[in-house]
Amino acid sequence: MRTDKTVLLVAALALALPSVAVHAAEGGAHLDRAMNDVSNQASLQRGARNFVNYCLGCHSAKYVRYNRMAADLRIDEKQLRENLMFTGTSPHDTLRNGMNPEDAKRWFGVVPPDLSLIARARTPDYLYTFLRSFYADPTKATGMNNLALPGTAMPHVLWELQGTQEAVWEGEVDKQGNAQKQFKEFKLAKPGKLSPAEYDSFVRDTVNFLDYIGEPVQLERQGLGYKVIAFLIFFTLLCYALKKEYWKDVK
Amino acid sequence: MGSTTETAASGGGGRLAALTKWIDDRFPMTILWKSQASEYYTSKNFNVWYYFGSLALFVLVIQLLTGLFLTMNYKPSSAEAFNSVEYIMRDVDWGWLIRYMHSTGASAFFILVYLHMFRALLYGSYQKPRELLWIIGMLIYFALMGEAFFGYLLPWGNMSYWGAQVIVSLFGAIPYVGDWLMEWIRGDYYISDATLNRFFAMHVIAIPLALVFLVIAHLIALHEVGSNNPDGIEIKNVKGPDGIPLDGIAFHPYYTVKDMVGVGVFLIIFCLIIFFAPTMGGYFLEHANFEPANALQTPPHIAPVWYFTPYYAILRSVPNKPLGAAMMGIAVLLFVFLPWLDRGKVKSIRYRGPIFKFFLFSFAISFLVLGYLGTQPPTPTYTMISRVFVVVYFAFFLLMPWYTSIDKTKPVPTRVTYHAH
Repeated sequence: MRTDKTVLLVAALALALPSVAVHAAEGGAHLDRAMNDVSNQASLQRGARNFVNYCLGCHSAKYVRYNRMAADLRIDEKQLRENLMFTGTSPHDTLRNGMNPEDAKRWFGVVPPDLSLIARARTPDYLYTFLRSFYADPTKATGMNNLALPGTAMPHVLWELQGTQEAVWEGEVDKQGNAQKQFKEFKLAKPGKLSPAEYDSFVRDTVNFLDYIGEPVQLERQGLGYKVIAFLIFFTLLCYALKKEYWKDVK
Repeated sequence: MGSTTETAASGGGGRLAALTKWIDDRFPMTILWKSQASEYYTSKNFNVWYYFGSLALFVLVIQLLTGLFLTMNYKPSSAEAFNSVEYIMRDVDWGWLIRYMHSTGASAFFILVYLHMFRALLYGSYQKPRELLWIIGMLIYFALMGEAFFGYLLPWGNMSYWGAQVIVSLFGAIPYVGDWLMEWIRGDYYISDATLNRFFAMHVIAIPLALVFLVIAHLIALHEVGSNNPDGIEIKNVKGPDGIPLDGIAFHPYYTVKDMVGVGVFLIIFCLIIFFAPTMGGYFLEHANFEPANALQTPPHIAPVWYFTPYYAILRSVPNKPLGAAMMGIAVLLFVFLPWLDRGKVKSIRYRGPIFKFFLFSFAISFLVLGYLGTQPPTPTYTMISRVFVVVYFAFFLLMPWYTSIDKTKPVPTRVTYHAH
């Protein structure tokens, strides 16, 4: 009797669990898919350009070396020095910037985080969503707020490219009579230099670069992986044949 | 090596034989080789569950070797630890591979040990005369938990920091000595440089040394009593005229070649993870650990690495912290008493009755479900579900004397089940 009940309970819970899990996953903020591709070299090169022009002023990437980046992205040293090396003196240097942390704290309230590992810590999808979720909010010091990170200290440095978005909210009154704002969509109030589609691909390239610098070796890792797996399959088949041969005697 | 030694020795001539004799007169090399490998007889009917012991040993070697090379470039100081790990990942030749092997190896070690332990539950490998073998195995498991705990702090990421904070604070739940104990473990009033230094010492010398000694003891005990098998039959009971068990085959070469197939399959899976999914979607290397330790900001959601999450779920399901910590400790320790909790007349699941099968199956499910829930934020629904499974988990152990003694078992044959291929 007791065991019958437990069986029922286990079965019921086993069935209920996946639906609960799906429900919980929906609870978090919605993330757009970055759909970036680290094997796309042109995209990475554009991303590097975007990064040094728009991010490196405030953020560093202190684990990333210029020459490693240039080698991985197939950029020669002349191009590197002329177009990408705004900080540092030698290609062996890492991507640091000249901002004094004390000043940064006074200007923004926080020191802008190093971005070497940001894609690994936050995921490319998050970064892609974040950079596309700034909207005008006159109550904030920067005049902008962000849906993915409400109250962020970061100004919308790409406003010139994207233009100014406004958030459209849907009003809702809950059971206690409090008004609840629900985000509906973004409306482009003032167009920027880039069309929305161009801006999305600008952000995608930048996120792609951030993904790459999070783990530079990922470009080689997978290619090497195929060879290793091919060898191991051969090795295992060989071992299996050897085992078969020896085990012929076992009756 | 062994077969050449043997043929050379039996050939009675040549330089190799002379060398073998020279060594054997001073060190029992041939005797050891014969007693532990070429004339150590194991049951011929091992199935897939019997790969995990040798694979765990293989992973121990991987961890010792990769750990050695990581130590050459890692800096155990709170100012440099995080940077040195990134230095290994980016600037050290093949450093990324060594590091991924080590981080994936840690998870692989636990997967293999859990499967190895489950094998013992399936076939009653902890029962008489293998109680001590089982207890030494459990000590290995405890040492492994310690090793994982100390090692997890070393990358000095934010999850390392707060994970250590949470686990150390569990010791604070012990009445009277709790606070003192926490200070003693940390070597400071909070997780600091001093803590990192001592955890490093524990991780690279104390626990690995203990692990190696315990593994040797585990193997000595195993070779003394002989391996169990999927039928749970003592093959020593039926011997041929030559004194060799009729169902036994020499460990070498039969199981050495068979285990090599296991190593091959394991390495394929292991390398698929290393080369194609080294973080395993945040389960083997957690997202929050790519941010340096920050004493002023916790990660959005603190959870231990997956191999501790069943116990973490048990801890969280109890509303009272000291009681929760005690339940968690008991949940781990209960394994040790299995040889005495089990009153079954047979060893293997093949001859057990339906009640044991039911309890074992529910236990396995509860372990997996608790493991999943431990990785998730504690919502009221999840907490309720985990409470149910905590009951299932403990029922497996605490009701065992009862259900194993009333269960209807099947008759056990005298010879093992084996069909030659």
